[in-house]
Amino acid sequence: MDQTLKKQLEITACKVRMGIIEGVYNAKSGHPGGSLSIADLLTYLYFHKMYVDPKNPKMADRDRFVLSKGHTAPALYSVLAQRGFFEADELKTLRKIGSRLQGHPDMKYIPGVDMSTGSLGQGISAACGMALSGKITADGYKVYAVLGDGEIEEGQVWEAAMFASHNKLDNLVAIVDNNGLQIDGKITEVCSPMPITDKFEAFGWHVITVNGHDFDELEKAFDEAEKISGQPVAIVQKSVKGKGISFMENQVGWHGTAPNAEQYEQAMSELKAQLEKLEG
Amino acid sequence: MADVIKKATRESYGEALAELSSEYPDLIVLDADLAAATKTGIFKKACPERFFDCGIAEANMMGIAAGIASTGKKVFASSFAMFAAGRAFEIVRNSIGYPHLNVKIGATHAGISVGEDGATHQCNEDIALMRTIPGMTIINPADDVEAKAAVKAALDFEGPVYMRFGRLAVPVFNDKETYKFELGKGVQLRDGNDVTIVATGLMVNEALMAADTLAAEGINARVINIHTIKPLDKDIICKAAKETGVIVTAEEHSIIGGLGSAVAETVTECCPVPVVKVGVNDVFGHSGPAVELLKEFGLSAENIVTKVKEAVKLK
Repeated sequence: MDQTLKKQLEITACKVRMGIIEGVYNAKSGHPGGSLSIADLLTYLYFHKMYVDPKNPKMADRDRFVLSKGHTAPALYSVLAQRGFFEADELKTLRKIGSRLQGHPDMKYIPGVDMSTGSLGQGISAACGMALSGKITADGYKVYAVLGDGEIEEGQVWEAAMFASHNKLDNLVAIVDNNGLQIDGKITEVCSPMPITDKFEAFGWHVITVNGHDFDELEKAFDEAEKISGQPVAIVQKSVKGKGISFMENQVGWHGTAPNAEQYEQAMSELKAQLEKLEG
Repeated sequence: MADVIKKATRESYGEALAELSSEYPDLIVLDADLAAATKTGIFKKACPERFFDCGIAEANMMGIAAGIASTGKKVFASSFAMFAAGRAFEIVRNSIGYPHLNVKIGATHAGISVGEDGATHQCNEDIALMRTIPGMTIINPADDVEAKAAVKAALDFEGPVYMRFGRLAVPVFNDKETYKFELGKGVQLRDGNDVTIVATGLMVNEALMAADTLAAEGINARVINIHTIKPLDKDIICKAAKETGVIVTAEEHSIIGGLGSAVAETVTECCPVPVVKVGVNDVFGHSGPAVELLKEFGLSAENIVTKVKEAVKLK
């Protein structure tokens, strides 16, 4: 990847992380851990990969994005704000009465949200429906869906996985955010969905593994996905829950907890330091 | 009445989809391995390129329908009522109801008249479940003519609709030439001032027969067909409550949460009168021929007559 572009994406991802912390801190609730683990991925998609227009969020031939792991809405809202779908200031209204920014994504009111999600396992089915619809009328758009590694314990995910390969939905890319943690602990200890890659392969998908915090690797993975025809693509991204904030990284406790004032200050100062270093 | 034509509303459903396929070129039909039974197979034969079998995976099928609807196409998702409303309830609520997507759910084999398959497949709870989803329209047609008209009305309507069809062939009493379907409007089929029978689905014809019997005994029963259970035609219900003073409801569904409940909830707010419910009395069904089961569970003209006679004493 072009180094200037890479630097720019890293800067943007840092700002996306700030938006996540801003939102969750002001809401006094929400899911920072899994939001931070997909901040780089969403930055890559919205700032480099996907064909979208913040001024025309319902554009018919836009690429679609479905956050199947809907509880990490703070990441989606933050990246949408950075991309210009709405003002970044609105992130402070997250989860508050009267705000469009519901605890989980609501497609009816939030510009740029293509599907309402939150109940795990459901977004991937809707993404399959969008991809199928695109195939029926030969529309050129792509559909990207992000799933949690805990989420794939839901049986509906595998119903969708069967459907996608049976219908040769090569306009669908599902990204599994493999941060290894879910609410009750390590995914391998709660009810292991491993091995993830073998499962998707067995269901007829082309599978790519990638470091979800490396833009060079993300670029390679999505370039490879682009070349696949006749089957859907699963990108399993290895990631760190809480990525970017020292005391949140790999800590299951930060799945669904908001930082207090002191933790907020520390998190923001760490992100500011990262940003200064990148911009330096 | 010797030459009464009988037809199952699931047949009407499948035929209507096929007949409307050219008028609605963006109509997609989904099924979950029951196309031969739900009769979407008739559409599949007419338009194989717009029919998709999702396999035995109703939850995913509802999500697929939501995704298709989000791109602006019209879509029907079909299965037995037990699985469409029951198994897939939470997906219907969260992926279709909450985003208010334009998905039509074609649920066949509703109620006890599924017959021999028994309790696991006899869904007497679907109306209750679907009624609780904000913005969900519920249509339960009474015969072939109404069912076909309802399918077209649902296609012309923007928003989620749950449509309920039956397995059993039932008498066709509406006139194809003159029938007009109006979404959300009850249909008064008989006038009367002693009592009102409010019926839906296959119980409408039973209600008409009951009214004949009652008339011969000097009780003039008003008969109202409610094909749209949600939103309910409150005007026709409240007017009936005021003018006849007592209501008997009749439905092939649990007495909990269905038409009877909806009518009772309505009259308590506008004109509290006794509401006596004919339906499945909080029990599971069992295997047997549909016609015999309907009699056994009191889903008959005879039982409506009995309940009306009890009800008028409450005035």
